[in-house]
Amino acid sequence: MSVILVFLLVVFGFSLWWLSQQRLLSKPWTEQGLAVDPSHRGEAAMPTAKIALGIFLAVVGALFALFASAYFMRMEYSDWQAPPVPSVIWANTAILVAASIALEIAARTARDGRIDISRVALAIAGAATLVFLAGQLVAWQQLSLAGHYLEVNPANGFFYLLTGMHGLHIIGGLIALGFTLVALSAQAPISGQLQLRVELCAMYWHFLLFVWLGLLVLLAGWAGDFIAICKQVLT
Amino acid sequence: MTVAIVLVLVALGSIVFHVLSPWWWTPIASNWGYIDQTLIVTFWITGVVFTAVVVFMAYCVFRFRHREGAKAAYEPESRKLELWLTGITAVGVAAMLAPGLIVWSQFVTVPDEATEIEVVAQQWQWNYRLPGEDGILGKSSNKLVSYDNPLGVDPDDVNGQDDVIVEADALHLPIDRPVKVLLRSIDVLHDFYVPEFRAKMDMVPGMVTHFWFTPTRTGEFEVLCAELCGVGHGYMRGAVFVDSEQDYQAWLASQQTFAEISGPVKIGAAGGGAAR
Amino acid sequence: MVDVTPHDESGVPPAEVPELELYHPKSWWTTYVFSQDAKTIAIQYSGTAIAIGFVALVLSWLMRLQLGFPGTFDFITPEAYYQFVTMHGMIMVIYLLTALFLGGFGNYLIPLMVGARDMVFPYINMLSYWIYLLAVLVLVVSFFAPGGPTGAGWTLYPPQAILSGTPGGQGAGIILMLVSLILFIIGFTMGGLNYVVTVIQGRTRGMTLMRLPLTVWGIFTATVMALLAFPALFVACVMMLFDRLLGTSFFMPALVDAGEQLSYGGGSPILFQHLFWFFGHPEVYIVALPAFGIVSDLISTHARKNIFGYRMMVWAIIIIGALSFVVWAHHMYVSGMHPWFGFFFATTTLIIAIPTAIKVYNWVLTLWRGDIHLRVPMLFALAFIVTFVNGGLTGLFLGNVVVDVPLSDTMFVVAHFHMVMGVAPILVIFGAIYHWYPKITGRMFHEGMAQFHFWVTFLGAYAIFFPMHYVGLVGVPRRYPEIGDTAFVPDSVQDLNAFITMAALIVGFAQIVFLFNIFWSLRHGREAGGNPWRATSLEWQTPTTPPPHGNWGDHVPVVYRWAYDYSVPGASQDFIAQNDPGTGIKAPRPA
Ligand code: HEM
Ligand SMILES: [Cu+2]
Repeated sequence: MSVILVFLLVVFGFSLWWLSQQRLLSKPWTEQGLAVDPSHRGEAAMPTAKIALGIFLAVVGALFALFASAYFMRMEYSDWQAPPVPSVIWANTAILVAASIALEIAARTARDGRIDISRVALAIAGAATLVFLAGQLVAWQQLSLAGHYLEVNPANGFFYLLTGMHGLHIIGGLIALGFTLVALSAQAPISGQLQLRVELCAMYWHFLLFVWLGLLVLLAGWAGDFIAICKQVLT
Repeated sequence: MTVAIVLVLVALGSIVFHVLSPWWWTPIASNWGYIDQTLIVTFWITGVVFTAVVVFMAYCVFRFRHREGAKAAYEPESRKLELWLTGITAVGVAAMLAPGLIVWSQFVTVPDEATEIEVVAQQWQWNYRLPGEDGILGKSSNKLVSYDNPLGVDPDDVNGQDDVIVEADALHLPIDRPVKVLLRSIDVLHDFYVPEFRAKMDMVPGMVTHFWFTPTRTGEFEVLCAELCGVGHGYMRGAVFVDSEQDYQAWLASQQTFAEISGPVKIGAAGGGAAR
Repeated sequence: MVDVTPHDESGVPPAEVPELELYHPKSWWTTYVFSQDAKTIAIQYSGTAIAIGFVALVLSWLMRLQLGFPGTFDFITPEAYYQFVTMHGMIMVIYLLTALFLGGFGNYLIPLMVGARDMVFPYINMLSYWIYLLAVLVLVVSFFAPGGPTGAGWTLYPPQAILSGTPGGQGAGIILMLVSLILFIIGFTMGGLNYVVTVIQGRTRGMTLMRLPLTVWGIFTATVMALLAFPALFVACVMMLFDRLLGTSFFMPALVDAGEQLSYGGGSPILFQHLFWFFGHPEVYIVALPAFGIVSDLISTHARKNIFGYRMMVWAIIIIGALSFVVWAHHMYVSGMHPWFGFFFATTTLIIAIPTAIKVYNWVLTLWRGDIHLRVPMLFALAFIVTFVNGGLTGLFLGNVVVDVPLSDTMFVVAHFHMVMGVAPILVIFGAIYHWYPKITGRMFHEGMAQFHFWVTFLGAYAIFFPMHYVGLVGVPRRYPEIGDTAFVPDSVQDLNAFITMAALIVGFAQIVFLFNIFWSLRHGREAGGNPWRATSLEWQTPTTPPPHGNWGDHVPVVYRWAYDYSVPGASQDFIAQNDPGTGIKAPRPA
């Protein structure tokens, strides 16, 4: 359970940082009047939707951290045999990085009001993500053609399970992205609301890219190697 | 008023029930008297706290119940009181935890002289395996379990040939000799539970778990399953006899070894040979 | 008293949150069925939870009938008994308590208490309820599935849960259970995001975190925990579904089922247990923290006294929430995991007792020198303290690893967790329903029926579960449809079991009085007025009662003080509402 515990430490760290700004040590009964909420102070308060997405991503993060924990714990048993990583995975990774970059461009141009560029970048990101998903399916096919079926070994099971879970989250994102794209195509002067939506898409994609890189470290066996080295150093 | 009285009655009633209750743990038959003692310490500490809190509440309800014109005091907090209470609680908690951890470290430290025996659970019966004359249990695996080899003993392992197999029958143990109980399951989770021994541990298919104890009282004890294992869970019973040394030897002599059960394989034949 | 009104108001949120942004229902359907109003959603959540809770209650009667009078009821076979145990436990913990506290009370109280017009994402909030309802329906369907519902115990431990020796293991029962849980988690996450973000973002002008009622603190912290803990159950369920449907071996070692070698191999049942309890233990506090919060407010309001040590109460909630993530393996002391974990988890478990104890002290100290009105909500709050302290203290037995060894998996455990997370939170739920009933409906409940309900439920539940500890002490294991003829169990245990069953039946029937009261008083209760308990927090200050869509009419309230200004010296009344600008009162600072 080490991965999830480390993840929780990070979440708790954030929470503490936030709580530390909330005057938890004050004595509320001694105060009266229109107190200012510390989080409302300062320039632009964070938009609600962004906070919500941040929290949602923490939940998604916990989910994948738990899968990773399970992966490590299951890996300890003797029957573990990791399947080879299908080569197409590397191309997929590159495509997902490209999608993330495109979204970043979309978000920035949206902020500057250059809606035409933003629209194109968003469309490219969507298309690239679709290619990524197709690529993942190819990876599944390559694996099963080579006889690495789901039930043959838990390592295979994890491969399908983790890529599948990640893919489902990507699909969810694509739906939101699709709606944003439609809205973006319909609107001439871009509203703040819409800028925010593009930005949220970018945030979500970056996070899923990060998760994917984490999964890749697991699935390619680097994490296992790393642990093995650590153990050797320790003993 | 009624409320205060009822609260006091609840506290008193609980104590009276505890004192008069004929329902108490079974007389111990193992070396784990320390566990009982830790339990008693815990009973005392928690009993005092429970009574104190409830009686204090009853007093407050009685003394500060609403009366015409009464007004509550204004007291947002009291640093000192809260620190004191925290401190006292911490001491009470430590008083329970410390002996608990000490006994636990004994519980998980198996003495070297303990003899190993094995309990193999399956839906819904208890089987046992004793190491035989060489004092070593042969290898085993769930993959080897079959109709003729119900415990999955490895026929290729010489150490296993003289293992005594007790299938769906009672286990016997010699008194005053520490035993390390190795626990296996061939299907689902079970838990080898003899209330008089106090110790118990789950059996997990694919793993060998263990605990140790020394039987200190002769007699027959009932074995129950303490981890839900399917519809037969409540009926999965067995028996353990703690015998004097003599009786034990007599019983042991009448048992069959793995080799005897599995047919004409010479004991000690190189590699064990083609058991089947 | 310090006046903290800022000179420069630039950082203060606008006093007016325009109602315009609110979604306005256009038809009967969108007003009452597919409603996006948090209050309607709250009622829907609560109604569904209570309805399915009654199913669980009936199951508990059946189990008790079997335990009290074994062999009398032919239709309660061992299979049926295990199905009852499983469905009862799962429904009570997840579909009743979690849904009711967070989906029910969270939805109703958070927006009102923080001075918001609604949750921040009403549409997602609505979806949350409908997915929850779907989860409940899937669960109900499993009762009628071929082979019946799963009988794997609410812990659903593999390998047993998906094998033929367990009811529903090879049928649809376990699959529907897992699917239902997965749906529940998805639905909950949607709602949970709302509750958390509303507390962070939706608070009105002047409502700082330290001015929140403890109810909000409890629900808020519990929701954060649930958001982080439920993924563990999600992961466990998905992986078990794979094992069951696709033949993977995540949790399944090589084993023999009904004399046949299965193709599974190498998996780890303990892995499932870690995942399950990583969710399961925080879950205990997910139902406890809202209860803690609510009970604090009930006590303070009805004792006309500020909650003692508000700051400590807040800190304790946060500390308990965080610590509860590092105690999960105390459910696994005898699971066969590495014994050294026992030292660590016993220590963390007993440490968590300290902030919990502080909360108890502060509740009873709030009573001290109060002006205690023994109204029904207060009675339930007092009863909560008794049962919670009782159950919490037996937790010290089970948390202290070596004491747990003889007691684990006996009826002692069953008695313990019923006392601490069954009876105690349920008592708070009743207290809370009576407390907020006048706000929700505008009418008072019938006092006599409520008193009757209280006494039977409190004393009855205590009579069920206190003696049950001793059945466990004798050594009777849990999840046994009958103990049968067992040498170490004296016959008198059977008499005690029969007594417990009678008590359970009586308590069960008393709940009908509760339901009747709720419906009867809708019509016949007397008009309650907006603030019958003369309470300070915002929900009591709505312009109309029941609060309308958008809660506050034209102006959202502005908050000038914390939620506990009761019996302030020098004040004209024994309470000052949070939105009362209340000039000129001097409160002494504590020494
Ligand atoms: C009058 C009320 C209740 C009665 C009479 C009752 C009775 C029972 C009984 C007889 C069992 C089975 C014990 C066994 O054989 O192992 C049980 C199990 C259980 N109950 Fe209750 N119960 C009640 C309320 C609750 C509540 C409010 C909760 C909420 C937390 C709850 C949660 C559970 C759980 C989690 C189990 C364990 C299920 C399992 O072993 O898998 N019960 N209850
Ligand atoms: Cu069993």
